[in-house]
Amino acid sequence: MTRSFLGWPAFPEAAEREVGNRQLRENVRRATHTIRGKRAVLAAERPDWEALRDAAAGIKDQVLANLESHLLQVEEKVTAAGGTVHWARDAAEANRIVTDLVRATGEREIVKVKSMLTEEIGLDAALEAAGINARETDLAATIVQLGDDLPSHVVVPALHRNRTEIRDIFVREMGRHGRPAPEGLTDEPAELAEAARLHLREKFLGAKVAVSGANFLVAETGTLVVVESEGNGRMCLTLADTLISVVGIEKTVPSWQDLEVFLQLLARNATGERMAPYTSTWTGLGPSKGADGDGPQTFHLVLVDNGRTRALADPTGRQALRCIRCGACMNICPVYERTGGHAYGSVYPGPIGAILNPLLKGLDDPQTASLPYASTLCGACNEVCPVRIRFTDVLLDLRAQVADGGKHPVERAALGAVGGVMEHQAAWKAAVKSIGLVGPLLLPRKIRLPGPLGGWTDSRTVPAIPRESFRTWWKRTEGDAK
Amino acid sequence: MPPNDPGPRTALFVTCLNDTLFPGTGRATVTLLRRLGVEVDFPPAQSCCGQMHFNTGYRKETAKLARHFVDTFGGYDRIVVPSASCAGMPAEAYPQAAVGDPGLAREVAELAPRVVELTEYLTDRLGVVEVGAYFPHRVTYHPTCHSLRATRLGERPYRLLRAVSGIDFVELPAQDECCGFGGTFSVKNPAVSGAMNGDKARHVLETGVSVLAAVDNSCLMNIGGRLNRDGHPVRTLHLVEILARTEQDGPMPGLPVVEGAR
Repeated sequence: MTRSFLGWPAFPEAAEREVGNRQLRENVRRATHTIRGKRAVLAAERPDWEALRDAAAGIKDQVLANLESHLLQVEEKVTAAGGTVHWARDAAEANRIVTDLVRATGEREIVKVKSMLTEEIGLDAALEAAGINARETDLAATIVQLGDDLPSHVVVPALHRNRTEIRDIFVREMGRHGRPAPEGLTDEPAELAEAARLHLREKFLGAKVAVSGANFLVAETGTLVVVESEGNGRMCLTLADTLISVVGIEKTVPSWQDLEVFLQLLARNATGERMAPYTSTWTGLGPSKGADGDGPQTFHLVLVDNGRTRALADPTGRQALRCIRCGACMNICPVYERTGGHAYGSVYPGPIGAILNPLLKGLDDPQTASLPYASTLCGACNEVCPVRIRFTDVLLDLRAQVADGGKHPVERAALGAVGGVMEHQAAWKAAVKSIGLVGPLLLPRKIRLPGPLGGWTDSRTVPAIPRESFRTWWKRTEGDAK
Repeated sequence: MPPNDPGPRTALFVTCLNDTLFPGTGRATVTLLRRLGVEVDFPPAQSCCGQMHFNTGYRKETAKLARHFVDTFGGYDRIVVPSASCAGMPAEAYPQAAVGDPGLAREVAELAPRVVELTEYLTDRLGVVEVGAYFPHRVTYHPTCHSLRATRLGERPYRLLRAVSGIDFVELPAQDECCGFGGTFSVKNPAVSGAMNGDKARHVLETGVSVLAAVDNSCLMNIGGRLNRDGHPVRTLHLVEILARTEQDGPMPGLPVVEGAR
C-alpha cells in the first residue's frame, strides 16, 4: 500500500512528534550540515554567483509572465518531433491520463525516474489502484518505496534515513519486489549501492514503459531536461519503448541560452557538485522520430497545472514558481533541521513547502494554513535560493492572508486590543505602569503558564519583571533633571 | 560644532520590550550616548513598532502602529534603537503595512532612513569603535537573525566588543544559526523552538563564558530563559550594557573576573 500525506496533522503537532525522534534529528542534522557545507564552498567558487542568481530569477519571472505562449510553443515543438502532448488541470486528471496511457501498453510493471511532481499528484498510488506496479529507480526514492515510507526532501527523499536503517530496509524488502539483497549485506555505502544496482538492473532491463518528470522544458525546441546523479534516469529515458514525462507547467525556460544559467546553478546549489553527473535532454522521438530504433518509440508529455495558475495569481506568492527544486532552502533551514521533512505533511517540505503548498492548495485546510507559521523568519533560506525567492516576504504575506481570512479570531482580538492600547499614550503608560506594579516579580524557575504560553515555559523561565520601567526611570531622573 | 548649533535632534526609541522588561538596556543606552556627547530625547508617546503584529499577519494593526511611530518620531533627525529587529521595522515592514495608504507610505519612506540600530549608530554615524568601556569578563556574542540578515550589522558589534578594555571575547560556535525565538513561533511551535534553543544554549555553554551578549533582548530572553531553567549561571546582556560600563564602575558584580584583566 503506497503511503500518502492525506489527513496529516497540522505542522505544530506533526513537528512535535518528529522533534522527539532523536535518531531522526541526528540523521537530518548530519545530512543537512554536510550538503550545506559543500554548497557553500562551490557557490563561493563562482565570482559571478550573484549575477547568475539575478539572471535565473529574471528568466523565471519572464517565463511566468508569458507562460501561455511558452507552453504553446512547447506543445508545437514536441508534437512536431513525434511526441504527444496532454494537458492536465489537476492531480486526478494527470493520474487518469498516465494510467490510461500505461494501460494501453498492457504493461503491469513500469519504471520511474524520480519526480517530485509525480509524488505531489500521488501517481504511484493511482497506478497501484489500476493494478500497475511503478518501481522507483533513484536510490533514495527506492529506499523510500521499499520502506513504505514518505519522501522527506526534494533532492534526497531518504535524507531522514541513516545507512543502518537503509541496510535493514534492503535486507527486509528487496526480495519481495525482485532480486533480494546479497547475503551478509553490511551498511558500507559501496555495498549498499551495489545491492541497489543489482536490484534495479533487473527493473531497467525488463521495463517497457518509463515515467519521468523533468527539471526543465526548453520552449524554443520543445526539449525536456533531466538532471541526475546516478544514471538511473538515463537508463529509464533510453531503454523503455514508451516514455511518459509528467511535468509542471512552471518548468519552462525560453531557450537553451537560458538553460545554461540554470545548469550552472542547480548542481552546485543542490548537491554541492560543479555539475550533475548525468544531464539528459530529449526532444520528442528525436530527429528520426523513432525510425532509427534508438530510444523510446512512443513519447507522451503530460503538462500539469495542479494549482500552479492559482499560485501565479498571487502577486507576492508567484515567485515561489521560480523554484528549481534544489533543496538548498531545506538544507539551511533551522526548523527543517529539527523536524525533518515529514512534519510539513507534503512532498515539498522546508521553506519552499511552507510557501508552495498554501499557494498551490489555498489556505482552507488547517494543515496547509499552519505551514506559513512553520518558520522563525530567520531569513537563511533567502540567502541560498538560486532564484532569489524572498521566502520571508511570502511567508508574511500568507500569514496576512490567514489572519485576514478570520482563521485566528481570538489572536486577532488580543493583538488588536494590545495595538489599541499601544497607540494611545495614556493607555500605554498605564499598561506599562501596571506591569511595574506587579514587579519585581520573579516567577519560580519551573512554572508552567496557562493557555498558549504554556509551550514557552516548558523549556524556559519567564524573565523577572523589573520594579521600574524605563519610562518611569526617565521621568524620575532625566525628565526632572532638565 | 559651533556652540549655538544644537546638532541633530536625536531620539531614543527604547522599544516596548525594553521599556517594560529590560529597562537596564535603555538606561545603558542613555549613559553611553551621554558619555559620547549625545543628548537623546525620550518622546514619551512612543510604544511598540508593531513587529509582533506584522510577523503574525496583522497588517492593519501594524499600519496603525506605523502611523503612531511616524507621528511620535517624525520631528527627529535620528532615532536610535537598541534592538536590531525593531530598528528594521520602518524600512522592512512599514512599506508593506502602508499599502493602500499613500500618505503613510510617503511619511514612512521619509522617516525610515533616520531610524538606526544602536551599534550602527555608534560605528557609522558617530564613527567610534572604542567607546571607553571596561568589562573584565568572558563574553560571547550571538548575532541575531535580524541583525545578520535584515539590519545587516556585519562586523560592527564584534568590533565594538573587541575594543572593550579587559574583555575576554570568545566566538560562539554555529553563531549564525537562529535561536528559535521567532516571536510567536516560540508560542505556536514550542517543540521546534525549544529544540533550536537547546542547541543554541549548548553552544553558549561550550564557550565557558559568564555573559552572552546580543543586540536583541527578545532573543536573549529566549536563550537566557533556557540557560536559567537548566540552572546555568550564564548572564544575558544587551551589548550596550557592556559598552556602558567603565573602569570607574569596576567589574560587574556577581560575575567571575578574567585573570590578568586590569
